[in-house]
Amino acid sequence: MAIAESTARLSLPGRIGRELSVWSLSLKVGTAIFLAIILAGLFAPLLTPYDPYYQDYNSILLPPSWAHPFGTDMNGRDILARVLFGTRIDMLVSFIITFVPMTYGVFIGAATGYLGGKLDTVLMRILDIAIAFPFLVLIIVIIAILGPGVHNIYIAVFLVGWTMYARLARAEMLVERGKDYILAAQVLGFGRGRIMFGHALPNIINSSIVFAMSDFVLNILLLSGLSFLGLGVAPPEPEWGAMIAESKDYMRQAWWVTTMPALAIVLTGTALSLIGDGLAQRLGQNRRSLM
Amino acid sequence: MPASVVERAASSPDILKIIGLTTEFRGRQTRIRANDDIHLSIRRGSTLGVVGESGSGKSVLCRSILRLLPPSANAYFKGAVEYEGRDLLGLDEAEMRRLRGTELRMIFQNPMTSLNPVWPIGDQITEGLRVFGGLSSRRAHDRGIEMLGRVGIPSPERRFDEYPFQWSGGMLQRAVIAMAMAGSPKLLFADEPTTALDVTIQDQILALLLELQERSGMTLVLVSHDLAVVAETCDRIAVMYAGRIVETAPTKSIFRSPRHPYTVGLLNSIPHLSKGASRLVPIPGQPPDLASLGPGCPFAPRCSYASADCSTSAIRLSEAGPDHLSACLHPERIEGVAA
Repeated sequence: MAIAESTARLSLPGRIGRELSVWSLSLKVGTAIFLAIILAGLFAPLLTPYDPYYQDYNSILLPPSWAHPFGTDMNGRDILARVLFGTRIDMLVSFIITFVPMTYGVFIGAATGYLGGKLDTVLMRILDIAIAFPFLVLIIVIIAILGPGVHNIYIAVFLVGWTMYARLARAEMLVERGKDYILAAQVLGFGRGRIMFGHALPNIINSSIVFAMSDFVLNILLLSGLSFLGLGVAPPEPEWGAMIAESKDYMRQAWWVTTMPALAIVLTGTALSLIGDGLAQRLGQNRRSLM
Repeated sequence: MPASVVERAASSPDILKIIGLTTEFRGRQTRIRANDDIHLSIRRGSTLGVVGESGSGKSVLCRSILRLLPPSANAYFKGAVEYEGRDLLGLDEAEMRRLRGTELRMIFQNPMTSLNPVWPIGDQITEGLRVFGGLSSRRAHDRGIEMLGRVGIPSPERRFDEYPFQWSGGMLQRAVIAMAMAGSPKLLFADEPTTALDVTIQDQILALLLELQERSGMTLVLVSHDLAVVAETCDRIAVMYAGRIVETAPTKSIFRSPRHPYTVGLLNSIPHLSKGASRLVPIPGQPPDLASLGPGCPFAPRCSYASADCSTSAIRLSEAGPDHLSACLHPERIEGVAA
């Protein structure tokens, strides 16, 4: 809003050029790979002639070739097609389970950090309890209760995933709320909501954004891991973790069936890590990572 | 409290009357009276200087009046702060906020940290106009540029969209002043507005504050530890020590005939160019610990005029000359400033 208006003087290409010029190499490379992956997912039907669900029993476990660049699996499906279509599921689900909890986690943390008092104490004890359990165990328990499936993954992660963001935002807010400009905003008589979210939030959001990049990687691994365990995406769907899980018995005869989807996971993880590092530098934050 | 002080406070054309304001910070075991029984009236359109060393309660006084102490300070108030006939301490938070948004303002010591680092300066100056003045963003924008011009920022149209890190300290303090002046407040508290700036800029900022005050007719409370700063700018001076006001009088009167030993000590600590390289006379000892004050005068242990009564009997502000109040048992003993 206000910020966008004021920088509008510089033409759009000019602004993008100026922004790009301060990007580090890792941010540029990471963003390029990530965009390529997103585009590959979006344009999957154009990039491969094969149907990811079509089982061709005349071409079972074929090694990589020009016809099947990633080879075929034990049901004769083209692995490239499945990896490409899998991008859609993995990216979408991971995106949602990263940024939805981030949004309300940051808001909750910022609010309790600013307001303090009993609300803050109670929330922090709840967070202590949630964080005391290993994340994955908690998710698996919730999914075990609700049953497997993408929807229940959403529910489970929404219940647990916001806690780190709330922690981060609260800690940053505790520092920020003592600063003079917050006092100056109070002097000007602005309401709490305006000060918390209009003035302080833009100053505390950086660390959460940087952390979200690590979290995104973890969530891709989480989704793949849950699907591997049979708690996530159900088998016929092309999901990277599920693909690894269902083909693991054929690994010794046909290395490509597990390697190709695994490479997709590695590539995505690398891209996001590069972005995370680059963003940390760009935003002047120390890398905050769980990995 | 002496009745005479209270009565005068109730009948004068004052914009702000502080009647027996006590601010106490309560910890688990400690109770610290950062302000103790403050009586003070501020005349409409005048400039009041509040001086005292660090920890004397100057800033706490401003923040108590505006009710801006952090909740963690656990502050308890006694007394009354009457602003235009209303007791500020009795207002609810929403009313207080509206008052802060429109009539009462405060600016702080360090302009570098008083502005939000991620907002353009112009937007920060005009935010109050948009929120409380109901101005459209275009009108607020025009008004903001006008304000920046008035506080002496060159080419304000171009500067409007810049961020705080692009400006120097002096310019930022000008921006902070513009922000405080937007919406024409009636009462401005300036808490050491020049302390963080270098000396040449100090003068400019003070001159700017006075000029704006003259033009708008607002009342200015200038808090400083620097007697020279308030001497140049203020009509009246209140000297604070250990959370109390120990002397208050017109500026001339304070400098010509101080009626409290602490004020004398302060005046003796100012170097004078004209007097050559004579030694300054310091005040012996340290300011007292506010958590363990005795019943008497807090300055007594450091005072060369003190008698045995000083540390036992409670001492109030009382008349020590025309329009001159002092909290000293023996004002007649004071000889004046060392030559």
